[in-house]
Amino acid sequence: MIMGEHKKKSEIIVQIDGKEVKASEGMTVLEAAQSADIFIPTLCFHEKLEPYGGCRICTVEVEVRGWTKLVAACLYPLEQDLVVRTRSEKVDKIRKMILEFLLAHAPNSPQLLELAQEYGADKDRFEKESSFCIVCGICVRYCAEVKKKNAVGFVDCGARREISFIPEIALTECIDCKECFPLCPTSYLQAAFVLTESQAFPEDSSQTALMK
Amino acid sequence: MPRINSAAELEELRKGVLSGRDPDKPSIAICAGMDCFSLDNGRIISAFEEEVSKKDLKTKVDLRATGCHGYCEKGPMVVIYPEEICYVVVTPEDVPEIVSQTVLGKKVIDRLIYADPDTGEKAAHQSQVPFYKNQMRHIIGNNSKIDPKSIDDYLAVGGYSALSKSLFEMSPEQVLEEIKKANLRGRGGGGFPAGRKWETARNAPGKEKYVIVNAHEGEVGAFMDRALFTGNPHSVLEGLIIGAYAIGSHQGFIYTRHDTPPLKNHIDIALAKAEEYGLLGENILGSGFNFNVEVHLDIGIFVSGESSALMRSIEGNPPEPRPKYIRTSVSGIWGKPSDLNNVETWANVPLIINKGSEWYTSTGTEGSKGTKLVSLSGNIINSGVAEVPFGTSIREIIYDIGGGIPNGKKLKAVHFGGPMGGSIPESLIDTPLDFDELAKLGAPIGAGSMLVLDEDTSMVDVIRYFLDFLSNESCGKCVPCREGIRQMLKIVTNISDGKGREGDIELLEEISEVTGAASLCALGKSASDPLLSTLRYFRDEYEANIAKVKSPAEKRE
Repeated sequence: MIMGEHKKKSEIIVQIDGKEVKASEGMTVLEAAQSADIFIPTLCFHEKLEPYGGCRICTVEVEVRGWTKLVAACLYPLEQDLVVRTRSEKVDKIRKMILEFLLAHAPNSPQLLELAQEYGADKDRFEKESSFCIVCGICVRYCAEVKKKNAVGFVDCGARREISFIPEIALTECIDCKECFPLCPTSYLQAAFVLTESQAFPEDSSQTALMK
Repeated sequence: MPRINSAAELEELRKGVLSGRDPDKPSIAICAGMDCFSLDNGRIISAFEEEVSKKDLKTKVDLRATGCHGYCEKGPMVVIYPEEICYVVVTPEDVPEIVSQTVLGKKVIDRLIYADPDTGEKAAHQSQVPFYKNQMRHIIGNNSKIDPKSIDDYLAVGGYSALSKSLFEMSPEQVLEEIKKANLRGRGGGGFPAGRKWETARNAPGKEKYVIVNAHEGEVGAFMDRALFTGNPHSVLEGLIIGAYAIGSHQGFIYTRHDTPPLKNHIDIALAKAEEYGLLGENILGSGFNFNVEVHLDIGIFVSGESSALMRSIEGNPPEPRPKYIRTSVSGIWGKPSDLNNVETWANVPLIINKGSEWYTSTGTEGSKGTKLVSLSGNIINSGVAEVPFGTSIREIIYDIGGGIPNGKKLKAVHFGGPMGGSIPESLIDTPLDFDELAKLGAPIGAGSMLVLDEDTSMVDVIRYFLDFLSNESCGKCVPCREGIRQMLKIVTNISDGKGREGDIELLEEISEVTGAASLCALGKSASDPLLSTLRYFRDEYEANIAKVKSPAEKRE
């Protein structure tokens, strides 16, 4: 679903953390919360990109027709009289463990450490498997959706999923762009790119290739 | 073959097909299902062809390579009609004798018929063999009677009469009502009422709507859908066309496996033949209804069978699930209403239309109507595909049909639903096969795989296997699923290796709570279900491993 398509719809009132918030139908919980200065943590969200729903750190509790559900705020579409709780025992428990999962991969990410403090997450709870990448896919999606280059993509699936630059594209597109680098929540990306560059193109031949 | 342009022409054609068939003419049905295929049944088929031509019997005997007969344990199987003499574990060397003795001489070859391993009691006819005797084969029974590549064979068993009835005697609303009244529940795992799904898609705004056959069947231990679809592709296609008519869809998709070439081949032939006969395409049977079907192959991971991932895959995108805050029956492929049902669900549709919902609901339990295909595997004497009415007890399936546990071992547990399912212990096997009853026990029926486990099985190892499977077969998009499975697998592996620690069980429970609540799709949400079911019934095995006391399973070794 493309969120922008729904933004012109009728105005509705929803309740977020006890506060009445005016919003338009079809907006997401996250958009409404942000418009009312209510903070919901995000990791894979970026305002220029389609909501992804991968990190699940934005999980909130919503109440619809008497039912309480846990949903991803970045994706869940608002409806009239929706009640949203951005913090609860369950929500905090989920966020804490998500952070603990991710800190096993990127133990020094300032963004993760800051959230870890808020939610009491123990960065050493799970055995370290430092890949520095938390597979949020911001670089992948930024390159695909904004730059329309697809120079970086996901490879493999499940627990083996990782990002990888496509050498043929990266060689011509990335050198003057690197716009995805500062978007990375763990700063893994630059290293990945350099690594790919150096591995795929030995030093002198890559220089000559770039000169062409 | 000219196109059929009316219901009357279809019946004319059917009469023609039947009149050309002498019911007393000997017919040899050789199982060409997947399992027999892997047992080199090609050699048996060639041997029969050779023998028939050598004896100059081509006009006197029908030879048919059919779909799976279900009794995989005893494959390759050959059934000789009209006497319905059933031969098991046939070799190419047996073929000349079968032709001369049985086909021509009408004599039963004693050494080739089924013999009960305990009593030695023999059964010459398929319907007397215990594996078959205790089944109700409404959906898969025609498999041994038809050549999957022959549309005439399907017409000879009444094929496409339900489509004709739907198009000419019923409105789309009436078809929908009939399916709703039959309480047909999705056979793919969820058990969601198919009629309600159809209705949602039908009522969803938008002109363009899609209907889809989910023939991905990725569940570990499940092989009934490919047996049915490979063996009787027209029955699934007929159901799909009827569904499309009820929903108001003119485009269908079949999403199936890349690793099963005979299945794809049979589907392609069925589609081409149906189109040639005017049962598919423009103006079906002259009714004015148009419907086309495209076949798509999966990209090979388990999660591509999840409905939203499957739909993304059909769009040409990676098979990653989407959140279903808006249902796929409202917004599916390219944002259009898309009704997805499993192979077996679609195959039930012609039966319901032909015989009526009243007849259909007379079989089964209060909440689960009709029959269910199950795949029996693991520590069981008769592995294979069986079909039983809902309400049959698990005990009957395992002992009466499955023949019990081999090597004199005791039954320990039955695992349903593969890597997203659950296990029940031996003490609960009097439970009826029923969507709701099994779900209550933490072992939802899933697509119908029944993995039978004997007393030597370590349940910790079973769970380790499923978690390992999922860690490779999930998409890896969302954190609770990807990382939760990774961590659960590490802990269970440690426990299984005798390196478990105090608190591991509690940590597993904590992770499964988060993974179950926060994952994006059903795979993640139910990834820990097998683990939780074993913690419910076999907690002592985990505790024993952690306490570094050898578990009961290990002690026996």
